[in-house]
Amino acid sequence: MSVSVTINGEHRELPDGATVASVIDTLPGAPEGRGVAVAVGGEVVPRAQWSSTSLHAGASIEVVVAVQGG
Amino acid sequence: MSEQIPFTIAGRPLGSRLILGTGGFTNHEILASALEASATEMCTVALRRLDPAARGSILDVLDRAGVQVLPNTAGCYTARDAIITAQLAREAFETDWIKLEVIGDDRTLLPDAVELVSAAEALVDDGFVVLPYTTDDPILARRLEDVGCVAVMPLGSPIGSGMGIRNPYNISIIVERASVPVILDAGVGTASDAAFAIELGCDAVLCASAISRAHDPVAMARAIRLAVEAGWLARGAGRIPRRRYAEASTPDEGLPLFDQGAAAGAADISHNSPQ
Repeated sequence: MSVSVTINGEHRELPDGATVASVIDTLPGAPEGRGVAVAVGGEVVPRAQWSSTSLHAGASIEVVVAVQGG
Repeated sequence: MSEQIPFTIAGRPLGSRLILGTGGFTNHEILASALEASATEMCTVALRRLDPAARGSILDVLDRAGVQVLPNTAGCYTARDAIITAQLAREAFETDWIKLEVIGDDRTLLPDAVELVSAAEALVDDGFVVLPYTTDDPILARRLEDVGCVAVMPLGSPIGSGMGIRNPYNISIIVERASVPVILDAGVGTASDAAFAIELGCDAVLCASAISRAHDPVAMARAIRLAVEAGWLARGAGRIPRRRYAEASTPDEGLPLFDQGAAAGAADISHNSPQ
């Protein structure tokens, strides 16, 4: 079984039971600790809830980091 | 050693009245050098989708420079997007501070006043320390202060335009009536614009493009730092009033008279004394 989701606009198949934390672990370039934030379906998921937040089919996940700006 | 007296935003002291926007620098090395030359203590950063190909984090550059991070909501067109972006920034940077930008269109990048006030109110209610990028409208600045913003950041002219301060009278009115710090944001094109902002009474200046897109960003960072200091000194020194007519700086008293034949036995000076 797999779960079909969208991460930063790109389609991805995740193993059943995938969580925000497990997704972040697979992303190249994701900084550890400070500097990364996640929203699922337009709702921010606090870091403390990453490992307990499972991703359901059709979920839209945004993973953002600091860039130059302003 | 800086000539500037530190000021505070929401109780946080800042030793420099120059806030640096980090957008537009060609690479992290130039940014790091410009940070040092500017002597800034606070920098803005934005949030964007994770780019797996990106090398190095801007946060490392800012941490090494010892500056505070002020996340922004650049690129948001609605209050909803700005609120979610602010919440993401709080998670990513562990700060409640947010430079709130809600723009109306991508050609002018001017703030959308209606969405801006709405977002500011919601974010203040959610515990954020909100610094809104706003127009040079004194009434809008007051509305933002009324909903609890800790500073107001009026534009001098559109972002990246380098057009300086187009309505200094409005900026002066905002300064006179605000009880929170006023930070001139956007429009600075060169050092004299930054000095002018401080002379007008602004507490600080935020610069990005003027420095990052200059031919020599590091030299411009230093120039604008010195301009902010010069503006601060000049404001404290007190400018003279403007007059429509001249006022001689050399005294008339003791002026020698060269009148026609005034003295007996004067030499013949008729060639330059009309009869």
